[in-house]
Amino acid sequence: MSEPIVSTKTNIAVWLTLLVLTGVTAGVAFVDLGPLNTIVALVIATFKALLVVLIFMHVKYTSEKLVKVVVISAVFFLLLLLGLSLADYTTRLLM
Amino acid sequence: MATAALTAERENYLNQEYGIKSWLLTVDHKRIALLYLLSITFFFFIGGFFALLIRLELLTPAGDLVQADTYNKLFTMHGQVMVFFFLIPSIPAVLGNFLVPLMIGAKDLAFPRINLLSWYLYIIAGVLMLHCMLTGGVDTGWTFYTPFSTAFSNTKVIEAGLAIFISGFSSILTGLNFVVTIHRMRAPGMTWNRLPLFIWAHYATSIIQLLGTPVIAVTLVLVVLERALHLGIFDPTRGGDPLLFQHLFWFYSHPAVYIMILPAMGVVTEIVPCFARKRIFGYQFVAMSSIGIAVLGFLVWAHHMFVAGISLYAALIFSALSYLVAVPSAIKVFNWTATMYKGSITFSTPMLYAFGFVGLFTMGGLTGLFLAALGIDVHVTDTYFVIAHFHYIMVGGAVMGYLGGMHFWWPKISGRMYPESLGRLAALIVFLGFNLTFFPQFILGYLGMPRRYWQYPPEFQVLNVLSTAGSTILAVGYLLPMVYFLWSMRYGKVAPDNPWGASGLEWMTPSPPPTFNFDAPPVVDWEAYDYEHIPAPQEARSGG
Repeated sequence: MSEPIVSTKTNIAVWLTLLVLTGVTAGVAFVDLGPLNTIVALVIATFKALLVVLIFMHVKYTSEKLVKVVVISAVFFLLLLLGLSLADYTTRLLM
Repeated sequence: MATAALTAERENYLNQEYGIKSWLLTVDHKRIALLYLLSITFFFFIGGFFALLIRLELLTPAGDLVQADTYNKLFTMHGQVMVFFFLIPSIPAVLGNFLVPLMIGAKDLAFPRINLLSWYLYIIAGVLMLHCMLTGGVDTGWTFYTPFSTAFSNTKVIEAGLAIFISGFSSILTGLNFVVTIHRMRAPGMTWNRLPLFIWAHYATSIIQLLGTPVIAVTLVLVVLERALHLGIFDPTRGGDPLLFQHLFWFYSHPAVYIMILPAMGVVTEIVPCFARKRIFGYQFVAMSSIGIAVLGFLVWAHHMFVAGISLYAALIFSALSYLVAVPSAIKVFNWTATMYKGSITFSTPMLYAFGFVGLFTMGGLTGLFLAALGIDVHVTDTYFVIAHFHYIMVGGAVMGYLGGMHFWWPKISGRMYPESLGRLAALIVFLGFNLTFFPQFILGYLGMPRRYWQYPPEFQVLNVLSTAGSTILAVGYLLPMVYFLWSMRYGKVAPDNPWGASGLEWMTPSPPPTFNFDAPPVVDWEAYDYEHIPAPQEARSGG
């Protein structure tokens, strides 16, 4: 375990990218894009989450099945949360 | 006799090192389990104290013991302490911590230091919670419902939220440790189909802890952000949606009930075959029903929100899914009873708790089906019917399982036997006290008594007096084991390695076990619960 799995250079690059994307998210919030505001924010957030999971959490560099199962389960349960919540939000009657 | 004397004097995890430092810096899973045992017992009595004050206030219809605001704080802190600081860590962090490595034939958990870290996180959270309670408390209900919690409550919402946030990480780390340990550290021959069902139950519990707890953590952070920085997430006046809070809160908090009950089911599954002297009926079904409960438990959360304003379509879906959870739960109940059928049953203390669990859990589960039905739910939402229902699960189920497990494994944990007749008496008192406390609440709720009020119409008094009387009996039932467990540590008979004639690797090592659990690494070449080939219980001997 003496060799770090991810080089310091990559870590710093990812960190800077995350900071820039946070700035972009904040900046876009001040521009009125209509419904696109939410979509843009979500796309950026998803990309940032991917960077964290794949590189900071080393998922990209692992071949371990257990790690993959955990990641897939986590995404599956997130989809359950979103999907079943949307079953409520998309079918509410507007009074 | 000579072997027994040797066993009593040999080095074990309790006498290997002495001094406070050897406990506070230990990475031994068995010692950490005892640290958890002390801490959760402390919080159990704090939560119990609040419960007794609540019952005392409800002895009379008038609000005469405490003021309304104080009453709100009492039921809030009773709930928060009991759920987050007692029930969730109870079986996993105490019995699970102690037994998971022993049962699978490992020296320790996969990450011993993370295990200690999880206890320290729990303590930090507990100190924060105590500080919150001593400096004014919180009055939102344990559920933190918005917009009350973010915009109106003048109490210590942020502090309580942060305490629970931190305790969540303790829970996540325990779950993580169990998952990795169960995958990676099983002894040779300990295949998935030979695992004790206690392990399967803890595996399922760990999945919920890992996947559910982050959601409540994020949700509480959002509550804190909205309260402190006035972001519009849940507050409708700022464009937020209060129901979003409820969706996120119950996405964790409904499965959290399974964090409490699944380990208790695991305990009962160990106790029943042992005291019926029979192999468990339907091993695979019991194992898979644990996983089934863990997964289905994530699909039912909005049944807590049927009258909150969710769409009728969503309510129908969640109602149907809620019925589904009953299937794996029923499989377990049927399998336990089928195991007992034609068994050679002994009515020892752990078995009495297991009987209590099966009966009370069934009552709690069946009334849960009433609540899953949309029409009945509208009638009994936020009444004492709901209070009775979930106490049958969380106290009648989880606490009975915890006490049953504590009695079953106490000889292994302490190396001493507790007094059996007092044990049986306490189990009986707990069962009677429990039913007297909570059964009247089903009737009260059905008649329309709402929860969370400190006054009520005089016609409800008789049932409330019964309930309060029951709670004092229950308190005696809970105090008794604490007293005789402590007594037994000095005066109890010396426990043999396997006092119950039970199956499982934990009974093949000395009581109490050595620091690294086994003198030689075990190899498993037999099936689980092979009671046809297990020797009879060993006799305890008098100790000094």
